[in-house]
Amino acid sequence: MDVSSRSMRDDIASIFEQVLNRPVQITDETDIVEDLGMDSLGVMNFVMAIEDFYDISIPLDRISQVQTVGDLIQAVEELRKGA
Amino acid sequence: MTILAKHAMYKAAYDAVKNMGIEPLSVRFDDVLSPTEGVLAGKKTILLGTNNYLGLTFDPACIEKSIEATKHQGTGTTGSRIANGSYDGHLRLEQDLAKFYGRKHAMVFTTGYQANLGVLSTLVGRGDHLMLDADSHASIYDGSRLGHAEVIRFRHNNPDDLYKRLRRLEGVPGDKLIVVEGIYSMLGDTAPLKEIAHVKRETGACLLVDEAHSLGVLGETGRGLAEAVGVEADVDFIVGTFSKSLGSVGGFCVSDNPDFDVMRLVSRPYMFTASLPPGVIASTIEALRQMQARPQLRADLMRNAHRLHDGLTALGFETGPEANPIVAVVMPNQEIAVAFWKMLLESGVYLNLAVPPATPTNQPLLRSSVSAAHTIQQIDTAIEAFGHVGRQLGILSADKRRAGVAN
Repeated sequence: MDVSSRSMRDDIASIFEQVLNRPVQITDETDIVEDLGMDSLGVMNFVMAIEDFYDISIPLDRISQVQTVGDLIQAVEELRKGA
Repeated sequence: MTILAKHAMYKAAYDAVKNMGIEPLSVRFDDVLSPTEGVLAGKKTILLGTNNYLGLTFDPACIEKSIEATKHQGTGTTGSRIANGSYDGHLRLEQDLAKFYGRKHAMVFTTGYQANLGVLSTLVGRGDHLMLDADSHASIYDGSRLGHAEVIRFRHNNPDDLYKRLRRLEGVPGDKLIVVEGIYSMLGDTAPLKEIAHVKRETGACLLVDEAHSLGVLGETGRGLAEAVGVEADVDFIVGTFSKSLGSVGGFCVSDNPDFDVMRLVSRPYMFTASLPPGVIASTIEALRQMQARPQLRADLMRNAHRLHDGLTALGFETGPEANPIVAVVMPNQEIAVAFWKMLLESGVYLNLAVPPATPTNQPLLRSSVSAAHTIQQIDTAIEAFGHVGRQLGILSADKRRAGVAN
């Protein structure tokens, strides 16, 4: 894991905390729905906050492939590169 | 364990409601007496959740036309229009719809759900971009999956968020289609269509408006939100349904797009399903005619909408942001929502219980829809029942009621 994705994980953690309104501990393996107990509305609000932060739009089919924080970091990195 | 065991969580959620003594999905009307009255468990009940906006389901002329067409042409077409051909009624209804909207083309689908599936999957495909309001109806979400376009959600009723997302796509190849609804079905709020039309012009995207709940409800002649806010020229495609204000079943799309008719060759939800039966087409043609000939229906509808919305707000209930024919009351939690719904039913008022994830927020809703056919007395009876149940359940404090009246 390089430096940029380590800091990305910190940023994502703070976005989680804003949306969930409580402190969270995450690793790349953290399951967004199972481990953080988010419902579908929570996930949508969280995704939109991520999109704002990184100035990207994550298409629905990409969101459905994201299960863990690591998947999310990968998706954001690819979308930022324009992949 | 059966093949359906994967849906156990939905069954568990439903069972939780069932254990509270009711089964919302098993409401069975012994009889339906009029657009606004049914018989439930032997008791006359006010129907306040039917989307029967103009009350045309029992219109004598609509019924007569339907009987006549059924007698002449039979109960069904038993096939699709590409295989079995069209009946004169299908073509006539398409002409009438095009004329009503002042558009060059119209196409009729077998349901409103299929209209969204058929149109969205055909307008955008792989490599294109579909911009959906996050609170879109299920038929829009399902249609978006059928066409393989890239689907991007924007925040509900937020033109700035839509603009931001289209700006990110600047220079990216592929067509861009914005999809919004005239009136959103859960809270009854309208889209900020003027501002969305502005974004559309700025970004060069196409715009589709689903007027399912606004046809016959909004606009001077009932053409919907686009007419009401004066942006019809910016709307490239309008989709709608016959199953609300027109009192039957079916869906449609109208447009001025010169290539419109190619949809008949490529839209699978149009091609591979049986066409509407003659009796349905005939009553729909008549209902569309009456909707135009009787503007008083719209006036009565809005009078009832305001009366219910204002009455419930004055009692201290949290309602949707606008007085439209859909009036939703926000419930504090699922237990109270279910109890409230059941007690309203017992006091002779039927409406829709909506629980997350079908609701736009995490709160359950009691969703009512008024009709032009409701009498003022029926609306007042419903408001009284709401007040009575609200006080019994202790969710209407005296302070709240006073604040509501003061507003």
